[in-house]
Amino acid sequence: MTVSPPVTGTAPVAKAPKPVTFGPRWLVGRIGFYVLIAVIMVFFAVPMLWLASEPFDKNPGLAAHWPQWTLHNFATTFRNPNLVPSILNSLLLCGAATLITIVLAALAAYVLSRVRIPGRDALLYVLLLLSSVVTGTAAMVPIYLMMYELGLINSILGTSVVLSGGLLPAAIFMLKDFMDGVPRSYEESARVFGASPRQVLTHIVLPIARPGLATILVWSFIQAWGNFLLPFLLLQDTGKQPAAVIIHTLQNEGGGVDLSSLPVFSLLYSIPVVVLYLLVNRRYGFRFHGGIKG
Amino acid sequence: MAGIDVAALSTVYPNGVRAVDGLDLHINDGEFFALLGPSGCGKTTLLRTIAGLEQASEGTVGIGDRDVTRLEPGKRNVAMVFQDYALFPHMTVAENIAYPLRVRHESREKRRTVAEETSAELSLAQYLDRRPGQLSGGQQQRVALARAIAMNADVLLLDEPLSNLDARLRLEARTFLKRLQRELKLTTVFVTHDQAEALALADRIAVLESGHLRQLGTPREVFQRPADTFVANFIGSTPMNLLDGMVKSGHIQAVGARLPLPLGLNRVDGPITLGIRPEYLTLRPVEDADGITGKVSIVENLGVTALVILDCQDGIQLGVTVHEADEPSVGDTLTALPEPGRILLFDADSGTLIT
Repeated sequence: MTVSPPVTGTAPVAKAPKPVTFGPRWLVGRIGFYVLIAVIMVFFAVPMLWLASEPFDKNPGLAAHWPQWTLHNFATTFRNPNLVPSILNSLLLCGAATLITIVLAALAAYVLSRVRIPGRDALLYVLLLLSSVVTGTAAMVPIYLMMYELGLINSILGTSVVLSGGLLPAAIFMLKDFMDGVPRSYEESARVFGASPRQVLTHIVLPIARPGLATILVWSFIQAWGNFLLPFLLLQDTGKQPAAVIIHTLQNEGGGVDLSSLPVFSLLYSIPVVVLYLLVNRRYGFRFHGGIKG
Repeated sequence: MAGIDVAALSTVYPNGVRAVDGLDLHINDGEFFALLGPSGCGKTTLLRTIAGLEQASEGTVGIGDRDVTRLEPGKRNVAMVFQDYALFPHMTVAENIAYPLRVRHESREKRRTVAEETSAELSLAQYLDRRPGQLSGGQQQRVALARAIAMNADVLLLDEPLSNLDARLRLEARTFLKRLQRELKLTTVFVTHDQAEALALADRIAVLESGHLRQLGTPREVFQRPADTFVANFIGSTPMNLLDGMVKSGHIQAVGARLPLPLGLNRVDGPITLGIRPEYLTLRPVEDADGITGKVSIVENLGVTALVILDCQDGIQLGVTVHEADEPSVGDTLTALPEPGRILLFDADSGTLIT
């Protein structure tokens, strides 16, 4: 057998990259590209700018502009008796909904990830499909009737149960992915050492799935926080309505939008979500997972 | 500490595969025992059934004087090291090692003490506060062993303990494992597909194939007197030569050679399978001896030795191991002479050892 020795020196060098031509066509293309990006960015940035500037403006309007600085709007807004209670209601409602969602989703996802049930994947997809139905507009009337029969109208806790009902399928679906990522040998190892199923869950599975739980925590809180229709229907007592509902009632004497309170309220309304995100992100850090970014 | 009794054990998976099929096995107290076989032979299933991670479908598993067949894994007092070590990534090395004690609600101080003592034994003391992800493969393996030892179990089960290490480290870990087992005198069962590992480590080896026990014996027995052609082929770093032959009036006829029958064997004339390890053949010039003649076609260098493939008549290939000094050149015609007493005869139909 003859094997030719490696050729040294004469081996072809990797092809040099094609020289880039900076012609007029290239220039126009680049400019067009950046203009497009700029337009898209403005589209998303303007509402943010509005949220940052208008609460501090003497004459707040619907357009974002450089404010004439004042804190007067805050004083006006805080005179609204519903403001602080509604934020507290929101925190309670969304906190409860998130808690219910995360506990039930974690348990369900763990079971679905570990136990072989025939048609498991189909079940998950059907659940996911139906989730938009459960709290979707179409189901509002039956949900209202059901809650009425149960005597849960005007109950924040009752509403949070309905909210989490809508969140659960997607949460289970996402969490199952995380649970699948926990190697089975970890659990088997713990079982051999004598750990009970509860210990396996609390010592091993949940800590390892923590980034997933954090994702679900923030995701379900945001979903609940922004939900208007359900609390609007199920909580009719103004004193129990969350911020998402109260924000729609901000009107001036003429019946128009109260432009001095609305920007301030919007700003206050968005703070808890941002704070939650920052807290969770700092503690656990989010990971890209299954195409879902927390 | 305790021995292990496996009686008429079968483990059947839901899809009907009988991974372990009516197995009887006794593992002595303090023994280092190997379950050896090709992949899919049921060795890991057997280990997992002993641990309780798989349910026995039939038969019983006993540890010491207890029948543990229907017990939960955690109630059997067995420790197990998994192939991927299964170290908990969110716990430090100390927490990992002391995890069996945490399960039993031992105090924090007790846990720390045990972690420190066990880690010192396995020279892991300086890594106690690291996470498993920050350790090398060999260190991770020692942590997994430390955790298993910290449990103070009756029996230690190892699932392919060396397969995740690179070749160099594997030899070190092998020696380490054997020394550790000698010191602890802990009944240890390990699963491997690597016959060299089993020969090197075990006091006794069980060779499995498709859920059945093919042979049970010391490494020497399994190597020198394989119970059948399957074991003969599986054990040994170079495969045994298995040749079709005939017994004819007190001699063996195989590949054109006339070889003496093993001493004390009276076999009626008929077909047999002749087994001879490459290590027990020597090459001679053709005119010197009456052996199996062939032409050297390939020489594989194995370091101190070389494996020579002889092309014999009828396209039969014969492997011969020679010392590096005696390496023949390709194309030579030589004859291979078996060492006296090293020829094994197997039944031509059933493949079982005759002598």
